Amino acid sequence: MALPQVKQTATEERLNALTLPEGGWSAVARADALARVRAMGLPNARDEYWKFTRPQTLVQAYVPNAPVFETDEAPVFKDVDRLKIVFVDGVFDADASDDLSAVENVSITRLAEGGDIHWASALYGTLEARGQDPVDRPLAALNTAFATDGVLVHATGVVSRPISFIYLQNSDASDAILHHCVKVDAGCEVTILESGPAAARYNTCLETDIADNATLHHVRTQGRDHDRRAATANFARLGKESTFKSFTLTANGVLTRNETVIELTGDDAVAHVAGACIGDGDFHHDDTVFVTHDAVNCESRQVFKKVLRNGATGVFQGKILVKEGAQKTDGYQISQSLLLDEDSQFLAKPELEIYADDVACSHGSTSGAIDDEGLFYLRSRGVPEGAATDLLTLAFLAEAVEEIEDETLAEEIGGLIETWLMRRRG
Amino acid sequence: MLEIKNLHVSLEEEDKQILKGVDLTVEAGKVHAIMGPNGSGKSTLSYVLSGRDGYEVTDGEATLEGEDILEMEPEERAAAGLFLAFQYPVEIPGVSNNVFLRTALNAQRKARDEEEMSAGDFLKTIRAKSKSLKIDADMLKRPVNVGFSGGEKKRNEILQMAMLEPKMCILDETDSGLDVDAMKLVSEGVNALRDEGRGFLVITHYQRLLDHIKPDVVHIMADGRIVKTGGPELALEVENNGYADILAEVA
Ligand SMILES: Nc1ncnc2c1ncn2[C@@H]1O[C@H](COP(=O)(O)OP(=O)(O)O)[C@@H](O)[C@H]1O
Ligand SMILES: [Mg+2]
Repeated sequence: MALPQVKQTATEERLNALTLPEGGWSAVARADALARVRAMGLPNARDEYWKFTRPQTLVQAYVPNAPVFETDEAPVFKDVDRLKIVFVDGVFDADASDDLSAVENVSITRLAEGGDIHWASALYGTLEARGQDPVDRPLAALNTAFATDGVLVHATGVVSRPISFIYLQNSDASDAILHHCVKVDAGCEVTILESGPAAARYNTCLETDIADNATLHHVRTQGRDHDRRAATANFARLGKESTFKSFTLTANGVLTRNETVIELTGDDAVAHVAGACIGDGDFHHDDTVFVTHDAVNCESRQVFKKVLRNGATGVFQGKILVKEGAQKTDGYQISQSLLLDEDSQFLAKPELEIYADDVACSHGSTSGAIDDEGLFYLRSRGVPEGAATDLLTLAFLAEAVEEIEDETLAEEIGGLIETWLMRRRG
Repeated sequence: MLEIKNLHVSLEEEDKQILKGVDLTVEAGKVHAIMGPNGSGKSTLSYVLSGRDGYEVTDGEATLEGEDILEMEPEERAAAGLFLAFQYPVEIPGVSNNVFLRTALNAQRKARDEEEMSAGDFLKTIRAKSKSLKIDADMLKRPVNVGFSGGEKKRNEILQMAMLEPKMCILDETDSGLDVDAMKLVSEGVNALRDEGRGFLVITHYQRLLDHIKPDVVHIMADGRIVKTGGPELALEVENNGYADILAEVA
């Protein structure tokens, strides 16, 4: 089916502004992805899947200016013993990064390193392509085609230190496209961390293939760079009895679209995806999640919490699809917003689609104001209004933060939220 | 300590007067009790003094150690030494008792330009004080009042009072929902805080609590006014004859 002319023109305009990287082993996947982009067209405001979020500035060739965010805040995860891999405006910084071979039980290479044969050639673009059905995700296909770099992680044992992707921004007009692949072999375990402002605009894609009995933890922070625009897509495929736990904290950012696509393909697998976000002012944050149950006795959990004020907008589109035969599915989804004023809004579209009869799925979505009774109780004990509001905000976000299994990381995130709330209060 | 003069209070939302000229002075070192039928305005008085929204003071004044408290924010009143043990303590999911109390204590200290209490000292102090109220460490780690029984909530109010060491304590029906043992624990907690420099205003519907916390002065409140004031014997009179006789007498 031919694309509408407007869409085709917009798509070609963007494609013309990009150069297809020398592919090496990824060339075939990139060519396929480019064909997918051309067939789907890049998103526009008329697409159902972009009903709540305007994709224009994520799609257009021109990158709206985003001043580099100056802060004296300590780097996120600084007290975590991790392997650091640093990208500045999407470009690998070898000097700032650790030796990629410094951790045992894992092989780490970079997408831009090229070479001829690579284990990642079986993964690169594969989960992204699978994730295009039943909903188009053209920005992710664009990423596969044009990613300039990324990290390829192959865990072949229990990896003792988290692998930490650190993003830094140096230019007001940078446009970064990074694509990471993580393959966790059967019975193996690894933790991936992501943090920092990547660029004025960035598009990141993370494909994670989790084999039987394997575990992948993913903890990510986005913020507090005010003017950046981000589109991210995480694709996870889970084997038998495997575990995937992903958490994202977002603060500020004028536009963020985080897509998570999870496919439970082995029996008894567990996938949790959670997000906490703090939006203030000109802020639009969109969590779009699609979980497919295609095996027996799997568990999925989606826990999303947003605190919004001064006209901030939060979006949640979450779907649980239970395929035929995926009996004993336990699917849970909750999305909640705390609206600190009447200018802010939360738009939620929770969906269940179930083709098996023996399943337990629940979803809920709420929007609420701060609890006046609780606020007065705290103030009557001497806690000033601002601090009391922060404490209640922290408590509200806690349910999402609790999804982080590792206590050190959970504390790190909790502390970060506290700092960010306090900063906002001044 | 606490001086209330000619206090008139209406509801903000609807044009309804609740307190119709309350006069009351609680001296340092004394325990005053307020008794009265349901709906007479006892809780309203305690809320207005602690600064809850929704009420409008149309006339009169209230001072704590000479300072006008009605102009202050609730947190400023707390830092000035006022404490209300709530009739219905509020549940705060996601905030542990420990965090709640340490935040409150240090916020008050900061407001008074005092040094904050270290985490270590705080834990030591709260452990000692919670022990006598039979509140265990596990309860302190749980979210404020969430899943607590009625008695646990009231004991928790007294623990907060003991930790914050206010100058003026208002207790609003702290006895309601308590069994005999809990009543004893709570009363002992209150009595342990009785001190030369501290005033108490104990609001109760029944005489029972006053067997344990012996008041110096008893006031009867009806329809937004203090209608009678006397010694502890007044509470006994209420216990034996109910409010009807007293109300008829002052009508
Ligand atoms: N926020 C409110 N909204 C409506 N009515 C109220 C409110 N607060 C108090 N009242 C009314 O004021 C009167 C006094 O209530 P209250 O102070 O709770 O009495 P008490 O504590 O003595 O039982 C009652 O008639 C009650 O219904
Ligand atoms: Mg009452």
